[in-house]
Amino acid sequence: MSDEPHRALEVEGLTVTYRRGQGSLDAVRNVSLRIAEGQAYGLVGESGSGKSTLALAIMQYLPENGLISGGAIRLAGQELATLPGEQMRQVWREQIKLVPQDPGSSLNPSLRIGDQLDEALSDGGETRGGVRERSLEQLRQVHIADPERVAASYPHQLSGGMQQRVLIAMALAGQPSLLILDEPTTNLDVTTEAAILDLVCELVQSHQTAMLYVSHNLAVVAAVCDRIAVLYAGELVEDLTPEQLRSQPLHPYTVGLLDSLPRVGQRAGVDPLLPIAGNMPRLDEVPAGCVFAPRCPIALQLCHELRPDLEATQQGSLVRCHRWREIQAGAVDLRAARPANVTAPDESLSGKIALETKDLVKHFPVRRSLREALRRTPPRSVHAVDDVSLQVGQRRTLGLVGESGSGKTTTARCIVGLVERTGGEVSLFDIALAPGLDGRDAAVLHRLQMVFQNPEEALNPHRTVGDVLQRSLERMRGLGKTEARQQAGRLLEAVRLPPSYLDHTPGQLSGGEKQRVAIARAFASNPDVLILDESVSALDVSVQASILNLLTDLQSEQGSAYLFISHDLAAVSYLADDIAVMYLGQVVEIGPTEQVLQPPFHPYTEALLSAVPRIDAAAGIERILLSGDLPSAVDPPGGCRFHTRCPRLLGEICRTQAPPWQQAAPGHRYRCHIAPNELAAMQSPAFRDHITTVSP
Amino acid sequence: MSRYIARRLLFLLLTLLLTSMIIFVVTQWLPGDVARVILGREASEPALAALRAELGLDQPLPLQYVSWLGRFLTGDWGTSYSTGEPVRALVLERAGNSMMLAGLTLLIAVPLSLLLGVVAGLKADKPLDATISIGSLAVVGLPEFVTGLILIEVFAFRLHLFPANSSIRPGTGFFEALPQLVLPALTATFVLLAYVTRLTRAGVVEEMRQGYVRTATLKGLPRRTVVGRHVLRNALLPTITVLAISFGWLIGGLIVIENVFNYPGLGRLMTFAIDRRDLPLMQAITLITVLAFALANLGADLLYAGLNPRIRLE
Repeated sequence: MSDEPHRALEVEGLTVTYRRGQGSLDAVRNVSLRIAEGQAYGLVGESGSGKSTLALAIMQYLPENGLISGGAIRLAGQELATLPGEQMRQVWREQIKLVPQDPGSSLNPSLRIGDQLDEALSDGGETRGGVRERSLEQLRQVHIADPERVAASYPHQLSGGMQQRVLIAMALAGQPSLLILDEPTTNLDVTTEAAILDLVCELVQSHQTAMLYVSHNLAVVAAVCDRIAVLYAGELVEDLTPEQLRSQPLHPYTVGLLDSLPRVGQRAGVDPLLPIAGNMPRLDEVPAGCVFAPRCPIALQLCHELRPDLEATQQGSLVRCHRWREIQAGAVDLRAARPANVTAPDESLSGKIALETKDLVKHFPVRRSLREALRRTPPRSVHAVDDVSLQVGQRRTLGLVGESGSGKTTTARCIVGLVERTGGEVSLFDIALAPGLDGRDAAVLHRLQMVFQNPEEALNPHRTVGDVLQRSLERMRGLGKTEARQQAGRLLEAVRLPPSYLDHTPGQLSGGEKQRVAIARAFASNPDVLILDESVSALDVSVQASILNLLTDLQSEQGSAYLFISHDLAAVSYLADDIAVMYLGQVVEIGPTEQVLQPPFHPYTEALLSAVPRIDAAAGIERILLSGDLPSAVDPPGGCRFHTRCPRLLGEICRTQAPPWQQAAPGHRYRCHIAPNELAAMQSPAFRDHITTVSP
Repeated sequence: MSRYIARRLLFLLLTLLLTSMIIFVVTQWLPGDVARVILGREASEPALAALRAELGLDQPLPLQYVSWLGRFLTGDWGTSYSTGEPVRALVLERAGNSMMLAGLTLLIAVPLSLLLGVVAGLKADKPLDATISIGSLAVVGLPEFVTGLILIEVFAFRLHLFPANSSIRPGTGFFEALPQLVLPALTATFVLLAYVTRLTRAGVVEEMRQGYVRTATLKGLPRRTVVGRHVLRNALLPTITVLAISFGWLIGGLIVIENVFNYPGLGRLMTFAIDRRDLPLMQAITLITVLAFALANLGADLLYAGLNPRIRLE
């Protein structure tokens, strides 16, 4: 037994190794951490940091080629690494539970929720009815209002947030002593994420369970956890409290992560992000000295030669850096060494409207069943986009935000012609665009380009980067072979990639580099308008920051107009001059970024803003939780479409009458029955993060 | 679910109607003058005209089809040109034999190939998986008449376990016919085995990678529960469809096997009918085979829907 019984989990010098071919690679090296009962411990790192490997190793659920090659894992004093399979099964059953990243695929699609829950709860000695009663109780505990209906449902009938609640309910069955959450909110909408995070905090407190919260998002972890471990290239580089993270992080990587994370209200031209240069080293190329030295802005010769130890500070944090004392004393400036290179957009050059949509409508017909067709039920349709009017000026960026299902992507696809609109107009510099690609001139197509979310799917894996760019240049600008080759080199330079990459295939590039290539290709035709659909959402924060800055730079060089679509309000506000907020196919608020981010705002915008996880949990911000799920777009609610979830519902008028546009300020409009001055009086002005550019 | 079943049944009827039209057009109308086919080259023009009138061949085509279909549905399947017997009794007798053979084949092939497939899938890329894959592929590589003859040589001539000739008499029941069914059923099993095994293996490998398997394992469920309760119902979905198609093939397509073993099934009756240009016989056999295919598919669809709520609830 352990001499420290209050420690729920102790990990000592853990090393996890993957066998690959003849060799082996250490994905996690010499990591130690301790979690007490009732403590929430955050594990943060970007992809490749080893955080998921660490979590799986603790669970004893490594892939077949992975093994624990050193160290110990003790759960309530019991060593797990050497536990035989049958006993480990008991540990899984009773003591250690996982809430996975992707709730959709983590539930069996062909079994009812109730049966899947019963299975986790049943210990064999109980009647079925008794087990089901406890399952329903478990669902109530995660605030599911109608547990009977949910228990009788199949996973695909529930929303992502509801599925994740079910998995949390499942994980809390039998009062586990350790709960591991692996990116539990990563694929959820921000409003859903906020509700799940609140739930997790509440449950951990009421159950006194030890929790390990794995995430790439520092803001989320800082909001939920009592202590945070930062992992880089398989090593623990800093271990600190959220307060220390906010006030004085000591490791250059932690600082780099913080500086890469856009905050709501932070603007590219005013207060640029400071991304970390370079990429996370591959497992087979881990540097001999400090693992972060190749990317560190203040690395010394010593750093490249000698690996630093994890040292304890007077404040009780742990840091693995040769220069932490200097950083603590303020003797080195981490930021001065990392120029942001962001050129503020020259406002004087903007002028004409580059892209305009007028009353854009897209309805997808819903197939009628045979019976409906025989009874002549009128055909129904999904109101994906309804009367969306947008304008993007030359050299300006319009941000389009909203939850999934709000119609952002369909709007973009209608504009580029991938989806044929049902009604309304789209024009590019006064040229009216046909609904479909077939009706559009090649020249017009070239002036309107799009960058997608997933560069893996957008690039042909068998062609080199040079081929991809060259082809685009030949086809879209009509260049000859040699000239196209030269221009391809210049395009790569523009997206800050070395010319040697011309001969690389996409498989040899990291995710961020691939997205740079996709952007370079989009710029091959010198487009007037570039549509970016969640183009940075899947990238690590440090990579995302450098792409955001790159986009800003390219815009001031080339003068393109951007339509920047994202569910991430912080990223949108960083880049966009204007923001349009969409809900259920309609624009509910539109205006200059500065205006949209302060009251009065549409109640939906207010809820979105309040849900954004933020590092500096600014005082006085109360999360406004939206009730229920997004209604179906087949029969959108009458009156105001938001009325079913609106926290500021007035009454009958909202249910029956479509709200008018209210003018909040010049160019700033929102669609609501509440007048601007009344709305402003209700709303808290404290939503924007304090942009106190943490002075060194 | 009942709406789903109703819709599938409607589709089934439409399928049968459409195939009956095709069969009618191909056999009754296209081969030229049926009266001349029946009466022969030397027949006189008045005799031909009389027969055409008797068979209704002077009527417009749609009318001919409707009356043909009506007769078929009321049980009058016509008389065989070559034997002069009523077609219905002959075809139903042979269809019963084919059902017996198909039944025994599935009884052997389904558990065997599912077992092999699941084991191979769970032990993917291990020696056992390689053994199963190579073994089943080696068997499927041999043509049916080769495996059939090898089985006859080993089990009939050397070991004297089963008869080499499977020509059962009309009216023989399943258990009575069992010894004579074993070798043809084994031959057909060999044809199906590799295919169904590979498909099942692929399904299991695919499903074992899914997140819900991890969820189930980390609930602390024993492995047999994880596989039996969670994996199989998803992994076997594609296999079910393929087995349904195999059933149709077993009913109407075992021409080679039935000939090797001299087994009186529909396949051999079909070759007989084709040899003699026996149109009523061909029509009836084809329609029965199509019916078997369609019913097997309906069964598979319903089973599929029973296991897969995403289909059922749509």
